[in-house]
Amino acid sequence: MIDTILTNLAMIIATTLMYSTPLVFTSLGGVISENSGVINIGLEGMMVIGAFIGAALGYFIGNPWLAFIGAGVAGGLFGLLHAFACVTFGANQIVSGIAINFLGPGIALFLSRIFFEGATMTKSISLDNKMPRPLNGIFPEGSLLNIIFDNQYATVYLALIMVFLFWFFLYKTKYGLRLISVGEHPTAADTLGINVMKIRYFAVIMSGVFAGFGGAAMSLAIVSNFRPTLISGHGFIALAAMIFGKWKPQGALLACLLFGGSQGLAVFLGQFDFEISSQLISMLPYVITIVVLIGFVGKSAAPSADGIPYEKEHKN
Amino acid sequence: MKLNWKELRKTIYIFATEKTVGFTLISIFLGLVVGAIFLTAAGFNPFQAYGIILRGIFSKPSYISYTIIRATPLILTGLSIAFAFKTGLFNIGAEGQFIIGSVVATATGYFLHLPLLIHIPVVIISAVLAAGIWGGLAGYFKAKFGVHEVISTIMLNWVALYFQNFLIYTEGFQKPGGETSYSIQPTANMMILKTWKQSAAGREWLLQHPFWKDLLRTPANWGFIIAIIMAVLVWFVLNKTALGYRLRAVGFNRFAAEYGGINVNKNMIISMFIAGALAGLAGALQVVGVSHKVTLIAAMEGYGFDGIAVALIANSNALGCILAGLLFGALKYGGAKIQPFMQAPSEVVSIVIGSIVFFISIPRLIKLILSRKNKKGGTK
Repeated sequence: MIDTILTNLAMIIATTLMYSTPLVFTSLGGVISENSGVINIGLEGMMVIGAFIGAALGYFIGNPWLAFIGAGVAGGLFGLLHAFACVTFGANQIVSGIAINFLGPGIALFLSRIFFEGATMTKSISLDNKMPRPLNGIFPEGSLLNIIFDNQYATVYLALIMVFLFWFFLYKTKYGLRLISVGEHPTAADTLGINVMKIRYFAVIMSGVFAGFGGAAMSLAIVSNFRPTLISGHGFIALAAMIFGKWKPQGALLACLLFGGSQGLAVFLGQFDFEISSQLISMLPYVITIVVLIGFVGKSAAPSADGIPYEKEHKN
Repeated sequence: MKLNWKELRKTIYIFATEKTVGFTLISIFLGLVVGAIFLTAAGFNPFQAYGIILRGIFSKPSYISYTIIRATPLILTGLSIAFAFKTGLFNIGAEGQFIIGSVVATATGYFLHLPLLIHIPVVIISAVLAAGIWGGLAGYFKAKFGVHEVISTIMLNWVALYFQNFLIYTEGFQKPGGETSYSIQPTANMMILKTWKQSAAGREWLLQHPFWKDLLRTPANWGFIIAIIMAVLVWFVLNKTALGYRLRAVGFNRFAAEYGGINVNKNMIISMFIAGALAGLAGALQVVGVSHKVTLIAAMEGYGFDGIAVALIANSNALGCILAGLLFGALKYGGAKIQPFMQAPSEVVSIVIGSIVFFISIPRLIKLILSRKNKKGGTK
């Protein structure tokens, strides 16, 4: 009896880790951008381009890590575009982000049609060229650890490491604290000699890089190709997780795990022959998120200068 | 006659910087330029592509009709988002409100048996109310619990999607053997001259009048007229009524509005209710006018997200939403034709729209480019 419960629990944990990973990368991207004071609602578009570039490079080059890095670079270029509009030209950050949500899928599908003979779906990456599974076959068959870790791709562990690195960077290093000060009070940071523009450029580009990683964590690990519906709203969920996690890397991780967990639960419940429709079970993650937000979280506060373009006062 | 460049540049500068419409038009032009660059880089002739798109929109009565049919839901979701923007709320939930509107319209359209002139209003009003409540829910969560409307509407979109899929699989509503619902009753069908089109007399008349025959080949319906009326109504409510004044005051400065005695929480809920109702109307009209049923959906269809772009291109102006919606509908309908005719990716349309929105976000860059040119012209 207890054995079955533990086995089931291990299965839910395994799916939770799997589904959370792309969200964790992407919401880390949101964390860094918004802590520097730039709203990034374009995470979705950046994720899509990352997923496409990851899948396309994975297919053509055959090396998952190079493809993963390529996806980060592609996301970073979109981050650069967002920074160019928001940091240099004081753009409305929401509008620029929405633009990216159109450009990302638009460019991804445009390129897909050109490089994959008119198809909007990339060709599948062979199993050997997908992300490796570092703990595959390490634990004894049937053990709980085996159920949890056997099929996890390297991206899962990388995401967890990144959360720690982000936390360390933001709160324990000089540069991270500078970044936070820029997001809280850019004018004060500027008077102290911190280059607000440079830090915001860095943060927004990194935000794109991580959203790109998030997309690739989907197309190079969870599935093995890119298709138009692969990233459908994940970027927005990651955005929600970031707000839910109160703009902190560790908070975002927990929010992503909650979300992945309720999705894991939905998958788990889906295998039984319940009277409940699988469509209702699929609603669970979203309903749970709303309920948790209503019941336990309360008002969350963004960095003070989030969303406000910073301009130096010009002397004539 | 020699063209005076200096004067022309100056005119463009004034046009682009002092009039919102001028700036929008220049952004649209630049968006088309970016699309052309992509097409050229991929080895396609952009003039040929844009020519196909233009002909695909205007060259036949039925094409124009399809363009308008495409634009109708986008005008309404655009209005929904523009309305919320004016109250300082960001309604990402138009997508879900559209779904609720269309599924409720299908249910009341199929299950109720009412006379012709009553059925359609009942269907539309029930769908609009349901979607309004769905939208108002996000307003309530924000007012009562401080839940950011961006998060709650994103979640509600998915709940709506799975709710529709759940209903489609429900016995009595699901059409046997298909992943769709039953179609609505003929009394709830809002297609123009629907019965006459299929009658013997109608068919004979249409045979002799090819223009009307081609036009009525499409599911032409009254939705577009309703969308225009709604745009005028929204403009009127926002600009000419006390309610609109209060809503805009909340959007302009929440704290000042509260200090001035306006109930901010109540107005946020009202605003989200109206925004939801508008998006729900889009869904209802789509059902009574075009699709007549709802189908299983695996991912978001994008009516709500496209509406965000419509609202932004329209600068949240209610009447501007009509034009922006038509532009968007035309690009989407005409753009799909470059794929079969010249094998060029029709997704270039998304690139064009994304670029237009991007240029709209950076008025300062466009001013800068134009003013530099102006200065250069001046020193010559």
